[in-house]
Amino acid sequence: MASRDISAAVGPAAPARPPLTAAPPRFGERALIALLALCGVVSVATTVGIIVALAEPTVEFFGEIPFGDFFSADAWAPTFANPTFGVLEIVLGTLNVTLWAILAGIPLGLGAAVYLSEYAGDRVRRVLKPALEVLAGVPTVAFGFFALTFITPIIRDLWPGFLGDPPGIFSAGAAGLVLGLMIVPIIASISDDAMRSVPAALREGAYALGGTRLQVATRVVLPAALSGIVASFVLGVSRAVGETMVVLIAAGATPNATLNPAESIQTMTAFIATTATGDIGVGTITYKTIFAVGSLLFAMTLVMNLISIRLVRRYREVYE
Amino acid sequence: MSAPPPARVQGTLDAAAGATRERLGRLPAAERARGTAFHLLVFLAAMIAIAGLVALIVQAAVEGRPRLDSALVTEQPSSVAEEGGFQSAIYGTLLIMAGVIVTVVPLGIGAAIYLEEFADQTRWYNRLIEVNIQNLAAVPSIVFGILGLGLIVRGPLDLGFVAYAGSLTLSLLVLPTVILACREALRAVPSSIREGALALGATRWQSVRHQVLPAAVPGIVTGVILALSRAIGETAPLLLVGATVFVTFNPEGPFEGAYTALPVAIFNYVARPQEEFRVLAAAGILVLLVVLLLMNSFAIWLRNRYSQRW
Repeated sequence: MASRDISAAVGPAAPARPPLTAAPPRFGERALIALLALCGVVSVATTVGIIVALAEPTVEFFGEIPFGDFFSADAWAPTFANPTFGVLEIVLGTLNVTLWAILAGIPLGLGAAVYLSEYAGDRVRRVLKPALEVLAGVPTVAFGFFALTFITPIIRDLWPGFLGDPPGIFSAGAAGLVLGLMIVPIIASISDDAMRSVPAALREGAYALGGTRLQVATRVVLPAALSGIVASFVLGVSRAVGETMVVLIAAGATPNATLNPAESIQTMTAFIATTATGDIGVGTITYKTIFAVGSLLFAMTLVMNLISIRLVRRYREVYE
Repeated sequence: MSAPPPARVQGTLDAAAGATRERLGRLPAAERARGTAFHLLVFLAAMIAIAGLVALIVQAAVEGRPRLDSALVTEQPSSVAEEGGFQSAIYGTLLIMAGVIVTVVPLGIGAAIYLEEFADQTRWYNRLIEVNIQNLAAVPSIVFGILGLGLIVRGPLDLGFVAYAGSLTLSLLVLPTVILACREALRAVPSSIREGALALGATRWQSVRHQVLPAAVPGIVTGVILALSRAIGETAPLLLVGATVFVTFNPEGPFEGAYTALPVAIFNYVARPQEEFRVLAAAGILVLLVVLLLMNSFAIWLRNRYSQRW
């Protein structure tokens, strides 16, 4: 067979051979591949499912509550006898918690990433990286418990008097700080990856010009890895915005339009969880409120994702 | 792609920097102080994160120690803290996780094989699937709970508040993680393996089924275990799909009867003001952390034991 092929190939009147390709699929293989493709489609169906699940009750909700009221009413009290639906109160609750999470999580995460990528030796890395992975895997209830029983008492003990009354058992600040700790591994590991993929030649060039470690880290590596770093920030923040259990356990259940970390607040996610576990009839306005708030939350995190993708594209420097 | 500097190269870099500095003169003291301060700062950031992890574990251990006994597993939840345990919750978690494994493993591996081995990446629909998976990975978990409530518990699937509704919701939640991990495992198999199989006359499916997939199994198993360890600790979506907060009996099966799960039961105990319930919650958290640690260590062991260098 082989010799015949060769003679055919070298022969003067060699017939045109088909290009080298894989053997044609056997019986049933196309069906199998279609089945595999179907598995991929499930993920798209999930997104469609989320939108469908959110859309219908949300539309019905806005059929009963004017769109303007949703964003302009003062108070969020959908379960009261005389309900009002001013969603800004719980949006501010989410912002309050997220603000403290950012203040704690971004410096810690970025600092840890710089240390891992630019300073830590191999040995230290081999311990630190898995430890951060373990931190990333801690269940959110455990973080909530930690906030309530460890961070809150510490804050209450150390609260300086000139700042006014110390926070109560539930406070936005304690929940926010723990959320910050929670997003450290996300920020650290993505930023670390981004900084480590900066070519060694850039570092070597900077050192050859007499740069110190500090200068190389902050003026060469950080700018070069900016895209990945910004992406890690946005991803971490979106995690904090969407997190439920920590705020449900440690931030309280009082809608409260404030950015004061010492006060008890309610976030959008906590509202959804509280209301959905309560005794509610399907089709009531309270039931639909869950979906309306869910839509808003989904839209907010989606926008953040898109922003992150855009930022990554704009700042990306392509290396060989 | 450049390799990050290993210790050896970093040494060379430092030597080069030293030599350059010698030619240029010693660094001013202020510059050196700034360098040391920055080094200290980033070191502290890493240490604070680790200290947080240690404090979290120690706090749970200290608070939960009085209740770390067999009653924790054998007793049903109770409104009397001293008598309460987690039996129905542990049973429920096992039931839910079994459902997740059955659902997410075939779906995730199938999707990964399609995207990595068969999909034409230039087609818009394949790119759509990719972008979609990236996006799904960042959707808040409670939104998956809403999906479960709207479409799985009620709506088209109409399963009711049963354990498999929880399984299906969690499966969709960790599906992106499983797909991404499996794709990485498949990508790590060198293309020479595929080309070799094809050159011997195998069809594409045969080369995937008999050559690529077996070589990728350790990576796939590692990814699946890590994804499952995420599912086992998820609480928020289960609250929405009826992991009823207080169940004092074991669920009858995946498709019937009320159910609860370990993290939900922990949340229930945390939310109570009495000190005794807090102890019970801490003990439950310890159980959960130990299970997670075992799963993670097993995954890492597996990765190191069976990972092949090509």
